[in-house]
Amino acid sequence: MYVAVKGGEKAIDNAHALMRTQRRGDSAIAELSVDQIRQQLPLAVDRVMNEGSVYDPELAALALKQASGDAVEAIFLLRAYRTTLPRFGYSEPLDTEQMQIERRISGTFKDMPGGQILGSTYDYTHRLLDFSLLAAGEAEVAPEEANALSEALAAGNSCPRVLELLNKEGLIEQSREAGTPDEVPRDLTREPVNYPAERAVRLQNLIRGDEGFLLSLSYASMRGYGDSHPFSGEMRTGRVSVELVPEELGFPIEVGEVLLTESEMVNQFHGSKELPPQFTRGYGIAFGRAERKAMSVALVERALRAEELGEEVLYPTQDQEFVLSHTDCVSANGFVSHLKLPHYVDFQSELEMIRRLRKEQVQRTESTTKEEADA
Amino acid sequence: MSTATGYNFAYLDEQSKRMIRRAILKGVAIPGYQVPFGGREMPLPHGWGTGGMQVTASVIGEADKLKVIDQGADDTTNAVSIRRFFAHTAGVETTEQTAEATLIQTRHRIPERPLQADQILIYQVPIPEPLRFIEPRESETRKMHALSEYGAMQVKLYEDVARFGHIATSYDYPVMVNNRYMMDPSPIPKFDNPKMSMMPALQLFGAGFEKRIYAVPPFTQVESLDFDDHPFEVQSWDEACAICGSDHSFLDEVITDDNGSKMFVCSDTDYCRERVEQGFVGTAADLPIAEVGTN
Amino acid sequence: MNTVVDLLTSASEWQDIAPLLSVRELNKFYAPGKGCGDINFDLYPGEVLGIVGESGSGKSTLLSCLSARLTPDSGNVIYNSEQFGEMDLYACEESMRRVLMRSEWGIVHQHARDGLRMNVSAGANIGERLMAVGERHYGDIRAKAEEWLTAVEIDTGRIDDRPSQFSGGMQQRLQIARNLVTHPKLVFMDEPTGGLDVSVQAKLLDLLRNLVSRLGLSVIIVTHDLAVARLLAHRLMVMRRGEVVETGLTDQVLDDPQHPYTQLLVSSILQN
Repeated sequence: MYVAVKGGEKAIDNAHALMRTQRRGDSAIAELSVDQIRQQLPLAVDRVMNEGSVYDPELAALALKQASGDAVEAIFLLRAYRTTLPRFGYSEPLDTEQMQIERRISGTFKDMPGGQILGSTYDYTHRLLDFSLLAAGEAEVAPEEANALSEALAAGNSCPRVLELLNKEGLIEQSREAGTPDEVPRDLTREPVNYPAERAVRLQNLIRGDEGFLLSLSYASMRGYGDSHPFSGEMRTGRVSVELVPEELGFPIEVGEVLLTESEMVNQFHGSKELPPQFTRGYGIAFGRAERKAMSVALVERALRAEELGEEVLYPTQDQEFVLSHTDCVSANGFVSHLKLPHYVDFQSELEMIRRLRKEQVQRTESTTKEEADA
Repeated sequence: MSTATGYNFAYLDEQSKRMIRRAILKGVAIPGYQVPFGGREMPLPHGWGTGGMQVTASVIGEADKLKVIDQGADDTTNAVSIRRFFAHTAGVETTEQTAEATLIQTRHRIPERPLQADQILIYQVPIPEPLRFIEPRESETRKMHALSEYGAMQVKLYEDVARFGHIATSYDYPVMVNNRYMMDPSPIPKFDNPKMSMMPALQLFGAGFEKRIYAVPPFTQVESLDFDDHPFEVQSWDEACAICGSDHSFLDEVITDDNGSKMFVCSDTDYCRERVEQGFVGTAADLPIAEVGTN
Repeated sequence: MNTVVDLLTSASEWQDIAPLLSVRELNKFYAPGKGCGDINFDLYPGEVLGIVGESGSGKSTLLSCLSARLTPDSGNVIYNSEQFGEMDLYACEESMRRVLMRSEWGIVHQHARDGLRMNVSAGANIGERLMAVGERHYGDIRAKAEEWLTAVEIDTGRIDDRPSQFSGGMQQRLQIARNLVTHPKLVFMDEPTGGLDVSVQAKLLDLLRNLVSRLGLSVIIVTHDLAVARLLAHRLMVMRRGEVVETGLTDQVLDDPQHPYTQLLVSSILQN
């Protein structure tokens, strides 16, 4: 018999050493480099950047390596790094109309200025395991073909957004009233969210939100748990330049380029007393090639506009406190995993209470039986 | 002072600390009121003490002596982890002794030894809203607090009395602070609730994910909810601590063999140590103290 | 009931009595034709007003606006409060509306689960309002809960049972007890007999009628059932597509309907 009270520090050190060994795996197999992850698992890197809220493919790849490929752990690593970064300033609003497009799809018009650009996609692949990847690795693409393809990607031109075509006819709501100035959105990593939250805060929250959770919510909103009848007006992926106005210069300079995926959904709206029937918008944007994420954000974003559009709020998908409080995978993971922490004291209190209640019940039964017997 | 390179003293930057101290001051000024603050992301997960850590990081100075406990013990894994964090990032002295600590960060317990006016007790809070399980909407609970609409919480207590003959909440037991705000004392056992009232030390509460800070200033009245004819009472044990023989502290139950044999020991390990040093003994005083989980 | 009807017929006698609730130019639309508009009426102390119409006519939207649960697009609802005096419901502080809801007002929902806490006992359901206004003696709360269970004809032995163990009619009576325990002045009822068997309905109506007259309650009751309206209401408002098409004393409206829609409503119930 022993009394378990000492040894925490040493146990933690040993557990971490074991984790590092496990992460490395069989040392007879070559170690994975961060560059390899960045180059060959780019969609995993994009997810980590999106939910980690930092556009830095290298650090996202490092986080994936450090986290043994666990996306949520990697996102957490990147977030904890992000929070310590100084803020130099806020960029100018990105102009996605100037995007150098590598892929662009509209579900609402067969053709439009700029055309449909299929780009790179898994969409029409047959999901058959490619055993050649298992045996010999990726088949080499002929150099001429590779050059032609990458030139095609780089040559993408900018073109107007599809929803602007509807806007010209007045069939879709303005994304904001004409003449309203740019507002600096509230930074939800610096200020607490107060409900009801404005649209800019909702979007920030969703874009950092867990991809799986948002995907399922958007699915629910389309299956009847939400009055959603969406069309994908446009989904575009490409590079956009980032501009910053340094205080000492007073005019914008380009500080870099980011790869983005933007989704604009078109939804029915039956009109209210003040507003004629028209289409409404749901908006989503994400770092990298993250189409599923961008579309899910756009769908959930639209569902959460129910209240401001005067629609009846009937489903969790339309309830901003429910959705926004639970999107964050870092928080969700923290709270679920904290059950692994000791709860001895609370459990002891419950044990004591249950024993007492059971004892009292036995006593009650006994006294009733006695009374009955006496009677 | 050895501190981690590349990070500010106690991890957080000074602007963030200042923002958190403003929230703390507001909390002290309005006892029991949950002050929203711009909670930062910490390198530990939410639910693991990030709120308490942000409060500690904001009030700690080089001269402080820090004690961290989880379940009353200094050597539980999470307490070790947080104590190391501050030893590493702030280079402050740490201690396991309640008497000599200036700051005590805690999860789930209040030390048995009465705290003094020059000490600060910092609670880690998972869910700061006492009304959360009655009303999940924050926009609604905010109004309930503003208007002191606390009838629904009393319904829960009524239900306990109707079913069990007494109030059956055993931890996380809601309190009224200074006769105004209903407050969640964090998941401490109700055994500790009376210690909160009129405590000479400052009590600060930090909830990381929920981004709330609240406070009980020194010598403030804290009352546990009850009925006039069913007053609040704390739990008690038939047993005494097997190590130090204490019959008045909160006891942890330890299963000692496969047949479910058990013994009871103080959950507050420092208090137990202090008593043993003073010559108190329990029934198992001669048993070896073994280390756990060293892989 | 007759005395009220008599009073109503001689408008001059009303001059001394202030209305309890005055509604002016009230509008609330979700979409064209969906909601209610151009609503004007006064409700006097002790009066029972029935709002009738088929589903979708806007009567439930109107009731929500009247009972401070749904902000109208425009218009005023003036309530003469014991505590606050004359107040415009949507111009005043929300805190005042919330105080009304747990003191001077009661709301009886069509579905008992919307008006009851289904996961706590009948006693706790009745006791909640008492605790909300500061009652802290368990024994007293329980005694009052028993008193009200008796008043709504529920066996006091069921005080610790949850509403989910009750029949539909009992749940509805419990909901009424829960509302009346703080002696409200004005009670809003939304289809209180909807979904109940006919025999259960009759018993509930009888109970409601007795309570209303014994306690001198003012009531606004929404129903699609003209039989319920005839039994409880002194005065009726007939709604169709969000608008009031006819108002008048209950007997007058039901026996001699003027508007073609009311005529249709009345004849359809006769056919049943």
